[in-house]
Amino acid sequence: MTWLTLLLDVQDTSAASYLPIAIQLIFAAGFVAAMIGMSALVGPKRQTKDKLETFTSGITTHGDARQPMAIKYFLVAILFVLFDVEVIFFYPYAVNFRSLGWAGFVEVLMFVGFFLIGFTYIIKKGALTWED
Amino acid sequence: MTILALDWFLLIEKLILIAIIIFASLGVALYTTFAERKVAAILQDRPGPNRAGPFGLLQPLADGLKLITKEEIIPTHANKWLFILGPGLAMTAALMTCAVVPWGGTIEVLGHQVDLQIADVNIGILYVFAVVSMGVYGVMIGGWASNNKFSLMAALRAASQAISYELAMGLSLIALLMVTGSLSLRTIVEQQVGHVWNIVYQPLGFLIFFICALAECNRTPFDLPEAENELNFGYHQEYSSMKLGFYLFSEYINMFISSTIMATMFFGGYDLPFVTSHLSIPGTAAIVGIVVLMAKVVMFIFLFMWIRWTIPRFRYDQLMDLGWKKMIPLALANMLVTGFFILWHQNNWHF
Amino acid sequence: MAITHIIFWFLTALALVSALMVLLSKNPVYSVLWLIAVFFAISGHYILLNAQFLAIVNMIVYAGAIMVLFLFVIMLMNLDKETEPQKDIWMKVAGVISGGCLLIQLVRLAKDAPEMVNKTALLKTGSIGLIENLGKVLFSDYVVPFEISSVLFLSAMVGAVVIGKK
Repeated sequence: MTWLTLLLDVQDTSAASYLPIAIQLIFAAGFVAAMIGMSALVGPKRQTKDKLETFTSGITTHGDARQPMAIKYFLVAILFVLFDVEVIFFYPYAVNFRSLGWAGFVEVLMFVGFFLIGFTYIIKKGALTWED
Repeated sequence: MTILALDWFLLIEKLILIAIIIFASLGVALYTTFAERKVAAILQDRPGPNRAGPFGLLQPLADGLKLITKEEIIPTHANKWLFILGPGLAMTAALMTCAVVPWGGTIEVLGHQVDLQIADVNIGILYVFAVVSMGVYGVMIGGWASNNKFSLMAALRAASQAISYELAMGLSLIALLMVTGSLSLRTIVEQQVGHVWNIVYQPLGFLIFFICALAECNRTPFDLPEAENELNFGYHQEYSSMKLGFYLFSEYINMFISSTIMATMFFGGYDLPFVTSHLSIPGTAAIVGIVVLMAKVVMFIFLFMWIRWTIPRFRYDQLMDLGWKKMIPLALANMLVTGFFILWHQNNWHF
Repeated sequence: MAITHIIFWFLTALALVSALMVLLSKNPVYSVLWLIAVFFAISGHYILLNAQFLAIVNMIVYAGAIMVLFLFVIMLMNLDKETEPQKDIWMKVAGVISGGCLLIQLVRLAKDAPEMVNKTALLKTGSIGLIENLGKVLFSDYVVPFEISSVLFLSAMVGAVVIGKK
């Protein structure tokens, strides 16, 4: 077990500043759970079959909502994942870019260049056009 | 006390701070609903809520009480646990964003220096992003679990909109980051105290961030997930009681926190120009700081409302076009131009 | 027992239980949610290792982006009992065997790796996980992989569009 004690000796790093966030998470989740539980206890319970039907403004429902949807949403989600990773790459650059100088700037320009090629391809192919 | 090697004073201090900030943001959200109704009333030339208490000031409390005491409805076709989890997640995520915001300077309590900030994380902005991206789940899970076609469609719209504008938001902040060189919100504010606010260097970045904030909070003109003439009521149409309340509250808390973050990053946070850097008594400085920050936040919240009651809603294709084809290239260009000029300036205007 | 020990064991238990629940849940939406819990626990571990940037990126990219995509796919699919493909018993056996082989390999590698024998994680000096240091290394020593990754993104975009437009 000695390796573990060594492993966990992190008192003097800035990682300790995340502890309040953990406390806040417990606090917030506890508050939310308590409020939902309380409103379930306090409110009246007069449930009828009609009341628990799916609400569609009085029209009879046809099937349920477990059916395939337009592929466009799916495409947006894929492109979001890709773009998100690219955006994340810029953060470590932006923190260091003064010391990296022009060399770093050219590297990022190349990266953005590839990014833009992909972006124009997407737009030219009409992957982001919503009106049919 | 030797069982856990902990700084108990720090723990209790943080716990009190967390409780104050969470309940304060709930209170602000509660009264923002009231302000929204009053602002709408003024803009539409009618009195607005004025029966409960003087000037209708007790109205939000009555609304809150009503939400708690309403009947809980879980539709028979809904997925019960996910149906409860959805609003819970949305609210928890909304309550987590405030952790990295510096609400003021430092105050002294019982001989201890207490920072008016829950956690001074050195990558504060990224933390905000992480929490914002978690907020999508609340809406998606709630809309899907309702097993209602309108809810599902609204949830998909909300999620697509949120993720699309997250990208432009992230890009617009990189330019700001190039100016400040730090991701810690505390450092960003301290740089602005006694100097020029970041808005001077990043007007375009702020504009992009503001538009994205409108979209992230589902505010008009981007309130497509709640377009009632197309989708009945939106992703929360099967909800009642406190679960509905959580969805509505989380939107108001998000609006409050995004106003705070805009004030912090672009408008000097708790800095009052020409005054804050000359205040010698630390306690007063902190209190002035909180008041100043709140004044800025109220301005932004009013701006949000003004826009809501003035501008009509976009169509969904317009929304997606704006997000992907205009905001992202604009933010990217802003980032490169900012970087170019800072490097050029750093090398004394030589290459 | 220090507070970090408690947090470490709690996060470990959370990660393992959630990972098991990913496999055991009947409903794929629950699986995705448990997977998000796994990522949370792993982010917690990263913070204990002082890899703060990695922790947040893990949250943003894995828990915030890739899981949204998973959820989209699952919600967009038709999830009726009838359309669910029936899995062959032999498929399951093959899956167990191949997964078991992978596990044995990983354990063996981890046990014998020269980086890990008689060593502990670099904690007192371990600040490489902070954003400044990571950026310096990424944009000086690892520029070529960084640029290649942009080509990878380009091909991924093309792939997504080609599949999506069919």
